[in-house]
Amino acid sequence: MKKNILKINKLSINTKVNNEIFLVDNISFSVEEGKTTCIVGESGSGKSLTALSIIRLLSPQLKMTGEILFNNNDICKMSDSEIRQKRGLDIAMIFQEPMTSLNPVLTIGYQIKEAIAVHSVLQKKEIENRVKELLLLVGIPVERVNSYPDELSGGQRQRVMIAMAMSCNPKLLIADEPTTALDVTVQAQILKLLDDLKNKLNMSMLFITHDFGVVEDIADDVIVMFKGKIVERGDVKQVLNKPKHPYTKALLGCVPDALGRKQLTPIDYVKLDKAIQRL
Amino acid sequence: MKKLLETNNLSKTYTQTQGFFSRIKTSIHALDNVSFSINEGTTMAVVGESGSGKSTLAKSLVRLVQLDQGSVTFDGNDLLNLEGESLKSVRKDIQMIFQDPYASLNPRLNILQIMEEPLVIHNLYNADKRQKKIEDFIKRVGLKVSDLKKYPHQFSGGQRQRIGIARALILEPKLVICDEPVSALDVSVQAQILKLLKDLQKEFGLTYLFITHDLRIVRHVADDVMVMRYGKLVEQGKTDIIFKKPKNQYTKDLIQSIPGLISTRN
Repeated sequence: MKKNILKINKLSINTKVNNEIFLVDNISFSVEEGKTTCIVGESGSGKSLTALSIIRLLSPQLKMTGEILFNNNDICKMSDSEIRQKRGLDIAMIFQEPMTSLNPVLTIGYQIKEAIAVHSVLQKKEIENRVKELLLLVGIPVERVNSYPDELSGGQRQRVMIAMAMSCNPKLLIADEPTTALDVTVQAQILKLLDDLKNKLNMSMLFITHDFGVVEDIADDVIVMFKGKIVERGDVKQVLNKPKHPYTKALLGCVPDALGRKQLTPIDYVKLDKAIQRL
Repeated sequence: MKKLLETNNLSKTYTQTQGFFSRIKTSIHALDNVSFSINEGTTMAVVGESGSGKSTLAKSLVRLVQLDQGSVTFDGNDLLNLEGESLKSVRKDIQMIFQDPYASLNPRLNILQIMEEPLVIHNLYNADKRQKKIEDFIKRVGLKVSDLKKYPHQFSGGQRQRIGIARALILEPKLVICDEPVSALDVSVQAQILKLLKDLQKEFGLTYLFITHDLRIVRHVADDVMVMRYGKLVEQGKTDIIFKKPKNQYTKDLIQSIPGLISTRN
């Protein structure tokens, strides 16, 4: 049975100063339960804004309209305290920069503990056990619980972020370019970890990236965004192997592959515009 | 084929004290007996993860880092023992393109001044010829002559990287060291810049030392590859051979980690 955990209807984001400029322009999509949906696009395509709007963390200078249904509750209509209840508990997010998203003056143990304590009424001892459990889950030695973020490598810091996100067994994890700042071998480890956790905890994932290689590894469904609009969506195999939209085709032409010596073809924007107009 | 650059046993150790008052020193081998050579007109890629010593290697070749040991022969000159005027003239032949196009251009100079600076430093040409040369190169990298009056903040990341390339090439160098020139850029822009670098190589007969952590790019640009880890050269050879038959375990791991090749679900 197909069930959508997240359904977005006609979401638009524009600046409050100028109503004419749409940063995200009337997009609709859904995330199926237990699946990974990837949003791919270049910088400025609106993919991060879409992610932020789901947990209502948009800058106050931006205005969003539309519906974001999470388990059939409209997030847009929730009060501040209601959405605060959802954040971390039902919907968790991890960010691109593991260096800047941790507090440098607190131990990682303290920070994970904080994430648990916000949403639960566990006793002190139970929370400590849960912290250890989480560290084990993401593959950090339990002895490191009193380490500070600067004593950890980039990959380990991202693991700490994942542990914090997992602390309340969220139903939906939003990952905004979680591996972009990491080395390739570490990236492969983190992708594997996220995929394992998704399966183990029966979580759904909304994964944002600009790297088609990463998409191929982790996605079930793909959404391609261009200038605030969704230009293509579908099953990962279909989008990567048989793209329909000229932009997706052009973008895939820019991706270097490691197998053969495919000729790189930079996007010809004049041609692309014409092709889009013909649609 | 002629060897443009040849290095022998390059070594560099950084020492670190633990804490402000501590006397305990730990040393890090950023480069550990690295020897390699690059043929004229080819591209050598240096691959490695952060901390592998690839940037120290680049800096040592432009003499921004003093090496502990080793020798570098560039175009028949003993690079590490040059001084004064002769060093300056060799420096003209080795130029560098940097990773971060936002940090590598002076925000207070306009593009004309940025491109003129290397010509002034090396005292090349008269004013008219300089202007003509700058206009030539800015057009060659795909920007307009009217862009010369603008300042760096008025350009996108990809355009800034083009300016960085034009600035490096205006001296007509023999060797260009590219330190992760496309890792800060979107894939679409990345493809443009890689194509530009390739076209320029053909046109000017350039030799590239191309530092990157992305093996997919290596496959596209490089004739030869060297893989570094903890300051050591773990494997080197022709690109196709390294990709098809990697000998070293670390190289195998790196190739395995290329996204899109592994399927995490299997």
